[in-house]
Amino acid sequence: MRRLPRKDAVIIGLGWTGAIMGWELCQAGLQVVALERGPWRDTASDFNIGTAPDELRYGIRGELFLNNSQDTVTARNTVDQLALPIRKWGSFLPGNGVGGAGVHWNGHTWRFLPSDFLMRSHYLQKYGEGVFPENHTIQDWGVTYDELEPYYDKFEYLAGISGQAGNVKGEILPGGNPFEGWRERAYPTPPLKMQHAQNLFSRAATELGFKPFPMPSGNISQAYTNPLGVTLAPCTYCGFCERFGCANYSKSSPQTTVLPVLMRHPGFEARVQCEVVRVLKSADGKTATGVVYIDAQGEEWEQPADLVIMAAYQLWNVRLMLYSGIGRPYDPSTGEGVVGKNYAYQANSAVNGFFDSSHAFNHWAGAGSLGITADEYNGDNFDHSGLNFVGGANINCTSFHARPISARPIPPGTPRWGSAWKKATRENYGSFANVGSQGCNMSYRDNYLDLDPTYKDRLGRPLLRMTFDFKANEERMSAYVTDKMVPIMRAMGAKQIVANPKKGPWNVVPYQTTHNTGGAIMGDNPRTSAVNKYLQVWDMPNVFVLGASAFPQNAGYNPTGTVGALTYHAAEAITKQYLKNPGQPLVQA
Amino acid sequence: MRARLLAAAAGIAALLGTTPLAAAPDNFDQAERGRYLVILGDCAACHMNPNGSNTGSQGFVGGRRIETPFGEIATPNITPDRETGIGTWSADDFYRAMHEGIRPNGARLYPAFPYTYFTRMPRGDTDAIFAYLNTLDPVRNPVDRNTLPFPFNIRASMLAWNALFFEPGEFRPDPNRSPEWNRGAYIVEGPGHCGACHTPKNLLGGDRASQRLGGGPLQGWYATNLTTEERTGIGSWSVEEIAEYLKNGRNARSAASGPMAEVVEYSTALMTDADLRAIAVYLKEPPAQAPAPAARTALVATDERMRQGEALYVDRCMACHTRSGEGVPRMFPRLAGSQVVQQEGNETVLRVVLQGVRAAYSPHAPTSPAMPAFGWRLDDEQTAAVTTYIRNAWGNAAPAVTAGEAARMRERLRDRP
Repeated sequence: MRRLPRKDAVIIGLGWTGAIMGWELCQAGLQVVALERGPWRDTASDFNIGTAPDELRYGIRGELFLNNSQDTVTARNTVDQLALPIRKWGSFLPGNGVGGAGVHWNGHTWRFLPSDFLMRSHYLQKYGEGVFPENHTIQDWGVTYDELEPYYDKFEYLAGISGQAGNVKGEILPGGNPFEGWRERAYPTPPLKMQHAQNLFSRAATELGFKPFPMPSGNISQAYTNPLGVTLAPCTYCGFCERFGCANYSKSSPQTTVLPVLMRHPGFEARVQCEVVRVLKSADGKTATGVVYIDAQGEEWEQPADLVIMAAYQLWNVRLMLYSGIGRPYDPSTGEGVVGKNYAYQANSAVNGFFDSSHAFNHWAGAGSLGITADEYNGDNFDHSGLNFVGGANINCTSFHARPISARPIPPGTPRWGSAWKKATRENYGSFANVGSQGCNMSYRDNYLDLDPTYKDRLGRPLLRMTFDFKANEERMSAYVTDKMVPIMRAMGAKQIVANPKKGPWNVVPYQTTHNTGGAIMGDNPRTSAVNKYLQVWDMPNVFVLGASAFPQNAGYNPTGTVGALTYHAAEAITKQYLKNPGQPLVQA
Repeated sequence: MRARLLAAAAGIAALLGTTPLAAAPDNFDQAERGRYLVILGDCAACHMNPNGSNTGSQGFVGGRRIETPFGEIATPNITPDRETGIGTWSADDFYRAMHEGIRPNGARLYPAFPYTYFTRMPRGDTDAIFAYLNTLDPVRNPVDRNTLPFPFNIRASMLAWNALFFEPGEFRPDPNRSPEWNRGAYIVEGPGHCGACHTPKNLLGGDRASQRLGGGPLQGWYATNLTTEERTGIGSWSVEEIAEYLKNGRNARSAASGPMAEVVEYSTALMTDADLRAIAVYLKEPPAQAPAPAARTALVATDERMRQGEALYVDRCMACHTRSGEGVPRMFPRLAGSQVVQQEGNETVLRVVLQGVRAAYSPHAPTSPAMPAFGWRLDDEQTAAVTTYIRNAWGNAAPAVTAGEAARMRERLRDRP
């Protein structure tokens, strides 16, 4: 192994969090290297308008995702099962390469509710201990919405998010989300133009007493130049967001917001196809001294650095911590330890509506975040007394694609192939609409991550093992919220309605969501959390772990907005406080 | 520590009633002025390392091959290396090269080195450039300077060429014009050497003086018309729009690409706002009016080429450039009323459609968006149709493009991408 010259900071992974942190550290004068195990990707070189909307290549074969032969996870539902490797992604789709999942996301950009950050104390105070589900490990975040507000703002203005504010400095604005936490100012760009389905949903939901509002979108409604000087173009509603790179510079991503300036910064260097194998520690185990990585030629390098930023996807952050011996591994039998603890997912549901042929929904003219949302049954926006569950879900109606291979809206009972299947596709392709819910997922003692005892990756490292299932709390929540969605669909005028609330057991095959969270959770106490409110590892102060791995449990929203806010919050703590006293904890245990 | 020492030195200087700068025998001011003149002259665009590196001395090591109608010329090393650079030159030698196109050994330089423009620079300015170049680290980089084929390899032939096309002499301001206009005139006609690309050339490579800045073919592009002509020139551009274009590489109408992208990145983006404005003021009020162009008539919409072109445009181009040809300001260039697409020559339009292009990078506008290549999905006839369409839609009017021209551009791009 050859040793390279020291850097001030090494960043593991160059997606949203790595790019934002890279820029902030470079602005503070640090020499920074980012190590990304996937390939270089840029709009000009990789997302050609003639090839980017290739459903077979990207949507079905998943070219932008991590190749399972390079790395994967094993999965099981319960501790008494043998976990098996996921050899083809299904339930979730981890990103890979420069830009990470920020390249192929849909662009839903939410702020979590103020009460989401106080998931334990808020519900305890309001409903008492009895409201919490059996075996739960629900915790407060150790940071409040008010503390994060400026950083949410910073991320939204970096990304140019299109939306309608609902609460500016406490003033509730018509057309926005009346339940959202206060925001300092409006969104940087106005909402997208809505489609037929959203208009129907809006009318129906309003009649039923909801207050629907445009989904905040990372598909930008108009040209926007962010504070870094980087410009995005307006979305063309092509319907190729999720699973695809954007060829039109209109989806917020590291490529369209940060990388054009970061890559030219003299303090920054990116090395791609360089996979970090482990984080190195000092002899006393109290400090990280750098990382070991393997380049595309298979050569092993040591990159010493004063600061180690773990900015990989949630699953890989946790695996790298476990494999490198950073933080105490979680043990589900005792509940002791922190790394791997509180893995959570999301409990989503759908209500599908088949309309008569007079409706032309034209979902193909869609965008990843083209949608209307109603938040009446999210978080603690409604009274949970007597409901026997905590949390909730947002309710939304989106038109995000009608792609030729995968958009096959057929009523139950239709044959899976042959002329009847073709006929049903033809009849329903244009007259089908969906109302979905994005549901929270609480944390439990036996939903967790650890190193698999059986299966190893190509470098000989144990795979990460997921032990997860949906619990009664989530099933009850999903059934309750889905029941509220059906009348909306009825009022929209569907002639046939099919409701699919979330039910266990969790199955790794059908796509559900890529919102995997937890495993390196934040909190106010090193006994119960892996990182402090600044995402600094409690017992290794020169390591910061960014991303959704910090969520103590998952909310009823997509995570990227909160991931961005936490990253800016951590970056400011590093540049304004940590660098004055390097190696010291920012929060006293 | 250093800061404290400097502060102490400043304190002593203040006590003595003098300043350290005045006492120092260095020529910092002169070299710094030279550094800026090197930006005005866009020296790096030709003299930088062919590998694309242009920091410090790398901007001046030479070796880049410049395409001319007579063959390729490799640019010299102008770092102060004694063997392979200009380390043995004197300021007199440097002035003579800049002013007369003659090397210290008496050999003639080719006007690919634009001494025909640099001759307008006063001695003080060439001395400043020379002083700046001498602050660079010398880099050893031998360059074969004799790559032109016979008979152009006979440097003495430049004697006759100079007699025909070269008029040495420093810039003389026009007392009837504003200092701003004169500053612009000096930059455009002197160090900026805009006409080297934008003035059409005769068969011998000399400027066609009667068509000053009128635009012409250049290295498989078409350098745009910079006269005040409305349709193809900058007549409808405001001073602010011109200055924004030069500073950011784009404005609400257009984006710099190809050779002009390099001019923006290495030169105009780094100029002062006052100089950019001066250039714009001068271009808007040229010393001589360009001859009025022949009136153009657009092809009718029912023309078969226009119908085919429009169908292709709607399928392939509209998502970015929009149905009305308005584009997206500062991201995707406006085609309606665009100077670039209506140039007499169709080289740039054909090249951009076939090969794709990346807009200029400027530190003031770092996005540098790209248009992908369409050569792999449009045949020659389709390429001709869609380029004919954008040259004649939305009030545009320019000669139709033929499939043969598209084929020739495709061939050229294969040989010299």
